[in-house]
Amino acid sequence: MKKLVMIGNGMAGVRAIEEILKVAPDKYTITIFGQEPYPNYNRIKLSNILQGDTNFEDIIINPLEWYQENQIQLYTGETVVKIDREAKHVISDQGREVDYDELIIATGSNSFILPIPGADKIGVTGFRDIKDCEMMIKSSKQYKKAVVIGGGLLGLEAARGLLNLGMKVDVVHLMPHLMERQLDPIASSLLKGELESQGMNFLMEKETVEILGDEHVTGLRFKDGSEVETDLVVMAIGIKANTAVAKDSGIYVNRGIVVNDFMETSEPHIYAVGECAEHREIVYGLVAPLYEQGKVLANRIAGIVGEAYEGSVTGTQLKVAGVDLFSAGEIFEDGTTKSIMIYNEYDGVYKRVLTRNDLIVGIVLYGDTTDSTRLYRLLTKKEDISGVAIFQTACSGESSSDDIASMPDDELVCGCNGVTKGAIVEAIQAQGLTTLDQVSHCTNAGRSCGRCKPMVSNILAHTLGDQFDATAAQKTSICGCTTVSREELVAEIKVKGLTSVKEVMNVLDWNNEEGCTKCRPAINYYLGMIYMDEYKDDRDSRLVNEKMHANIQKDGTYSVVPRMYGGVTTAADLKKIAEIAEKYAVPLVKLTGGQRIGLFGVKKEDLPSMWEELDMPSGYAYGKTLRTVKTCVGAQFCRYGTQDSMALGIELEKKFERLDTPHKVKMGVSACPRNCSEAGIKDIGFVGIDGGWEIYVAGNGGVDLRPGDLLCTVKTQEEVMEMTGAYLQYYRETANYLERTSKWVERVGLEHVKEVLANEQTRKDLNERMDLTLKKYIEPWNEAIQNEEIQDKYYAKHTITSGSESK
Amino acid sequence: MIETITRIPVAHYANLKERAGYSIKIDDKEIALFKLSSGEVYALENRSPHPKGGVLSEGLVSGRFVYCPVYDWKISLVDGMVQAPDEGQVRTYSVERKEDILFIVL
Repeated sequence: MKKLVMIGNGMAGVRAIEEILKVAPDKYTITIFGQEPYPNYNRIKLSNILQGDTNFEDIIINPLEWYQENQIQLYTGETVVKIDREAKHVISDQGREVDYDELIIATGSNSFILPIPGADKIGVTGFRDIKDCEMMIKSSKQYKKAVVIGGGLLGLEAARGLLNLGMKVDVVHLMPHLMERQLDPIASSLLKGELESQGMNFLMEKETVEILGDEHVTGLRFKDGSEVETDLVVMAIGIKANTAVAKDSGIYVNRGIVVNDFMETSEPHIYAVGECAEHREIVYGLVAPLYEQGKVLANRIAGIVGEAYEGSVTGTQLKVAGVDLFSAGEIFEDGTTKSIMIYNEYDGVYKRVLTRNDLIVGIVLYGDTTDSTRLYRLLTKKEDISGVAIFQTACSGESSSDDIASMPDDELVCGCNGVTKGAIVEAIQAQGLTTLDQVSHCTNAGRSCGRCKPMVSNILAHTLGDQFDATAAQKTSICGCTTVSREELVAEIKVKGLTSVKEVMNVLDWNNEEGCTKCRPAINYYLGMIYMDEYKDDRDSRLVNEKMHANIQKDGTYSVVPRMYGGVTTAADLKKIAEIAEKYAVPLVKLTGGQRIGLFGVKKEDLPSMWEELDMPSGYAYGKTLRTVKTCVGAQFCRYGTQDSMALGIELEKKFERLDTPHKVKMGVSACPRNCSEAGIKDIGFVGIDGGWEIYVAGNGGVDLRPGDLLCTVKTQEEVMEMTGAYLQYYRETANYLERTSKWVERVGLEHVKEVLANEQTRKDLNERMDLTLKKYIEPWNEAIQNEEIQDKYYAKHTITSGSESK
Repeated sequence: MIETITRIPVAHYANLKERAGYSIKIDDKEIALFKLSSGEVYALENRSPHPKGGVLSEGLVSGRFVYCPVYDWKISLVDGMVQAPDEGQVRTYSVERKEDILFIVL
């Protein structure tokens, strides 16, 4: 296989790789270098993160598993500093050399930072990546006042986000009108009025000449001599193609890396795509053209003779601080244009279409963008508009459905992902889709910026006709087998008294009779949660690890992790583990992250006898359950310890072990605030203080790194147990299956949880249900050893030599 | 040329549980045997076509499909085809039943 290397791990580049995998799946071994320490995420949604509408995990487009599944070697947090064109390899800032046959440069762009005195002070940032967002969120906790330089789309989104974070925000703009490249003066003054009413303050026609302050920014000075105070400066003036590595390596660079119609740079075998590339003197910054470029590039690299890239006409559908905007083509009138306008100041709606010689040449829509797709089609297809009603009257009522009917099949609905109406209709009909979620999943429509979702929903309604159920279409079903959501499922189980996984799927009309790997474990969990000790677990509805009570490894072997309460063991137990590891020739013995000993690489058929010889309970290192309670040494030995952390850890683990939870639960107990057990990043963490315990919740040390929040402080170990039981049970009863406590607390709100748990009677009831549930569990390794049927069904390997009679 | 068909007895039908997979080793071949809720029995090579491999016998069985336990690919038990959006095919073996004895045809 040939070697393909890509510098850059952003939306445009990774999309190009996806296209390459589609057209030439086995042609290249692929290596990607990304400067940021993350997989590919949706940069368009950064403003949502800032505005608190979403979190980082939700905007990841390609999770790390995607890279693994496609065997892509990904180096994150690593920058390529040199391309050696002679030797055909790249060199990273960590000294790594990787050879290539073909090289893609997809380095994107950087925030343009004004070259003025003081621009390097602490408190000055761009608005371009996760790091910038985190910096702004952090500042908002410490400071009150922010200034955004730049009254374009990016600047206004940053300003809206900072307002949401509780800061006072001034927006500085050089020009007399906001967003002057997309809006005409009328639309822009409407927008300004709206934003002012939301609390933004504008400093128009101001040119910033200096950033004031010592180390940290304290204010700005403008050209007219006036000054403004601020603690945070966000520069959102524009972007600058990131061309440094290309330029240093002798590739021809103008404003961007110059490419031809096949995305080839001046050097053979080197291509550029995305915001770093300049095509016919244009550097594009919107996602749709970049995805078009990716397609052309993929064909080129796959060796397919495909269409050339001839540039894009861009229509911009935007939402700024709750206002819908659309803009395409020319903005300003000249002597040869004629305008068609609707201006409804009362409803805040303004629409203007600019025409020349019976053709539409420009569109600006403010407040109502329902006409955008139709008008944009007239613009790009250069259709004669004489006799055409430009604006649909609002009173027709069924206009949306008519619109869909008259829409040609090849019309683009999702510009980001290049999905046409025809493709959506075909997917709905061929695959029997009924919800927006399903359509997005099957076609990619609506998965990038999300603006086309209302249109996709209309198409769904039109295609399904009478069968369309509007409320059902909007909700998130638990999987593709059903349209039922989590809340409905739980309610139906209770109301109809459904008692088994099979019955649930049957009565609730699952379209896939025996379910899938998403719904079956979920239903099994909910049934166990609802019926507590009366439910008989459906072992075959659990996924491999929980079914086998061992973690499957990628070669089909398993790992064995015995329970070691609180991470405390004995010399005798260690000897036993060592002997068994030797006897079974275990390839790897390792301490796990949760203070346990893991034996890795065990054959399935050896599991029961190993368990029997170990004679220890399962450590449940594989389950959606309490994993481990990590403890520090504590008051028994440590000179700093104020509480007996080991004793509490052991009591917690003995009480809650084996409990089914929506997702895994980890705990930590520290005897003092030095917190050696890292209790601050556990689902539940306990920190001993003089005379009591602090209980922290919703911490996470994994993908979704999050410090725990203080739930409460209690005095005694009994109170710790009572509060923990109630908290865990409330999580069990209200979280979605596979929702970690960190996500759950963010969804329902810490204050809400505190309120619920403040009531003594509620805590008592929760604990009663918890105790009833805990009664049903039996030790699974021992059960397997005792039960031949289980051994035969799950752990036997039947070896047969051909010619013999039976097994 | 004479073609030889080898029938290997592998299990008693009544011993197999529904919706379960069994791993069976015949010489150097590893085969996964599945009994469905309908009572049908299918045999596949016990190896996922995923580039990183993985076994199938411990996967979740739903209708005439098994989900690969390691990477969650959905695979038809009837013809071994991997279902979209993933691609590939697993080798299948025909299974014959004489009274209670199940034979795999190699």
